[in-house]
Amino acid sequence: MARIELIDLAHAYKPDPSTPSDYALRPMSMTWRDGGAYALLGPSGCGKTTLLNIISGLVKPSHGKVLFDGKDVTQLPTEARNIAQVFQFPVIYDTMTVHDNLAFPLRNRGWKDAEVKKRVQQVAQMLELTGDLKMRASGLSVDAKQKISLGRGLVRPDVAAVLFDEPLTVIDPHLKWLLRRKLKEIHHELKLSLIYVTHDQVEALTFADEVVVMTQGEVVQTGSAQALFETPAHTFVGYFIGNPGMNLFDCTLDDGRAIVAGQALALNDAARAALTGASGKITLGIRPEFVECVDGASAASDTVQATVLAVRNMGTHYLAEFRLGSQTVAARLRSIDKVATTAPGQGVRLRFPPERTLYYVNDKRVA
Amino acid sequence: MKTDNNRAWFLILPVLLCVAFSAILPLMTVVNYSVQDILSPTQKVFVGVEWFRMVMQDGDLHSALLRQLLFSGSVLAIQIPLGILIALCMPADGWKASLSLVLIALPLLIPWNVVGTIWQIFGRGDIGLMGYSLNQLGVDYNYNGNSLDAWLTVMVMDIWHWTPLVVLLCYAGLRAIPDAYYQAARIDGASRLAVFRYIQLPKLRNVLMIAVLLRFMDSFMIYTEPFVLTGGGPGNATTFLSQYLTQKAVGQFDLGPASAFSLIYFLIILLFCFALYTWMQRVGTGDQK
Repeated sequence: MARIELIDLAHAYKPDPSTPSDYALRPMSMTWRDGGAYALLGPSGCGKTTLLNIISGLVKPSHGKVLFDGKDVTQLPTEARNIAQVFQFPVIYDTMTVHDNLAFPLRNRGWKDAEVKKRVQQVAQMLELTGDLKMRASGLSVDAKQKISLGRGLVRPDVAAVLFDEPLTVIDPHLKWLLRRKLKEIHHELKLSLIYVTHDQVEALTFADEVVVMTQGEVVQTGSAQALFETPAHTFVGYFIGNPGMNLFDCTLDDGRAIVAGQALALNDAARAALTGASGKITLGIRPEFVECVDGASAASDTVQATVLAVRNMGTHYLAEFRLGSQTVAARLRSIDKVATTAPGQGVRLRFPPERTLYYVNDKRVA
Repeated sequence: MKTDNNRAWFLILPVLLCVAFSAILPLMTVVNYSVQDILSPTQKVFVGVEWFRMVMQDGDLHSALLRQLLFSGSVLAIQIPLGILIALCMPADGWKASLSLVLIALPLLIPWNVVGTIWQIFGRGDIGLMGYSLNQLGVDYNYNGNSLDAWLTVMVMDIWHWTPLVVLLCYAGLRAIPDAYYQAARIDGASRLAVFRYIQLPKLRNVLMIAVLLRFMDSFMIYTEPFVLTGGGPGNATTFLSQYLTQKAVGQFDLGPASAFSLIYFLIILLFCFALYTWMQRVGTGDQK
């Protein structure tokens, strides 16, 4: 186990990158705590796997350094790094039994037979593979095969970190849930550092203590599930996390007020201070969960006029869509009395609570 | 509700007809010859298994069969490992990969009798590059006079001609292994040998099966190249089964024994292929059935 530091790390597949888009991974510095459970979350092609492969040594970064417990390992090959990695699709040694598959990483490192046996038993028990230990790995179901892959990742107790590259993609949904919980338990039990790559926000948020959100080769926010939800640092985080994602509107400033679709919204003091003199694209963001639908008669300074597009009863809540200027606003509404009776096309006033309304300049949050 | 009937069998009728005309009916003429003594179109005698009995007791045939088994065995034992080794050493991509593929595949493009001619000239002591060089080096090499030399020349020729097939199959098989396997092996700290033993070899199982079966069948039926190179000699040293068969059928016009032997030949190949296939399906999978 080790603390992992990335210092000015960047990676470009072509030589001499000049513009940011030349980088598969844009310059970043980051520290991963020893024993932490991290998730790397982002859409396909955002550089998550590249980052993971750089940490494990399968890819050599073109810039910057990787430190394990302060020791520079950037130039070390994978074999010398003492790291475990589980891949998206099961990788098993077909001709070996399940037991030998799990024992393989230990035997390659010269463990004694008795110790290998003990450790394999322990890992097999955690993953509920004990019954299959004597079976040939090739005949098993894809679920069991992926469990073997997970087991090979977890079998070495002394690794700097275990890296998971979307390991549950091939697993049935109900088993996915079980395995994810299992991994969490194992994390608590073995105190391993885990880094988990996924494009599934639910998976990331339930698995990790801290989620690192990436897009286009750039880390845009690192934080707890709550922070990512309540205060997204980047418009991408707001839009990517949550279902539906954050409502984002282009806005302009006028006399200490924000103008959205031609309507003025009062700014609170913090937002006014942060936005004064700001240059660039200003975006207003509010989560659908925080949008309120208020009495049409009141024209308070934190409300805007909008038109109802559709209201869907989702069982636990109502999902409403409104038209505001040329854009739509999604809202999760719990107080159904007002909304339930509104027909599409009707005008309503929407309240954006100032403490829940966030402002972004060039996609980065300022208030 | 029972809707079973056997009308679906009619759907395989076209295939049955094709196979009948392309394989079964021609084969039946051979069967026909093998149980009769045909003296002229109007004069034939049914002889039962007499030809079979005669062929089975033929000493020349026994030695030809032994020679054939030894030849196919040694050819497989050299070509398969050599093919794997060359495929492992070949570059994976870029222009080097294309170039080496083309170079490797060249011998496969040469007609069989030309291969025989090439080696016949190549091995000659007076004008052949190999034969002359060997003689100059003090090796008494003469494939026309020395059985061992003839035998070795036929073997080397076959290895030169057909190892590329094994290489191409293995190369394709190796390229089909996903990168994740190699990455996992590095993570697991596997040695180069372990990567070969536990990843590459098992993943090559299917292409190797094709390679072994093809090479076995082809080498077991080898005819043209030794015929051109040595004509089966010196003595009978390089007379293999198909040459023996040709001598019987075309040379001596003994159609009865030749047909009987053709059927036996066919069954031997079938039997060996079945045995090899079964063995390769199961080896290393722990399936003991």
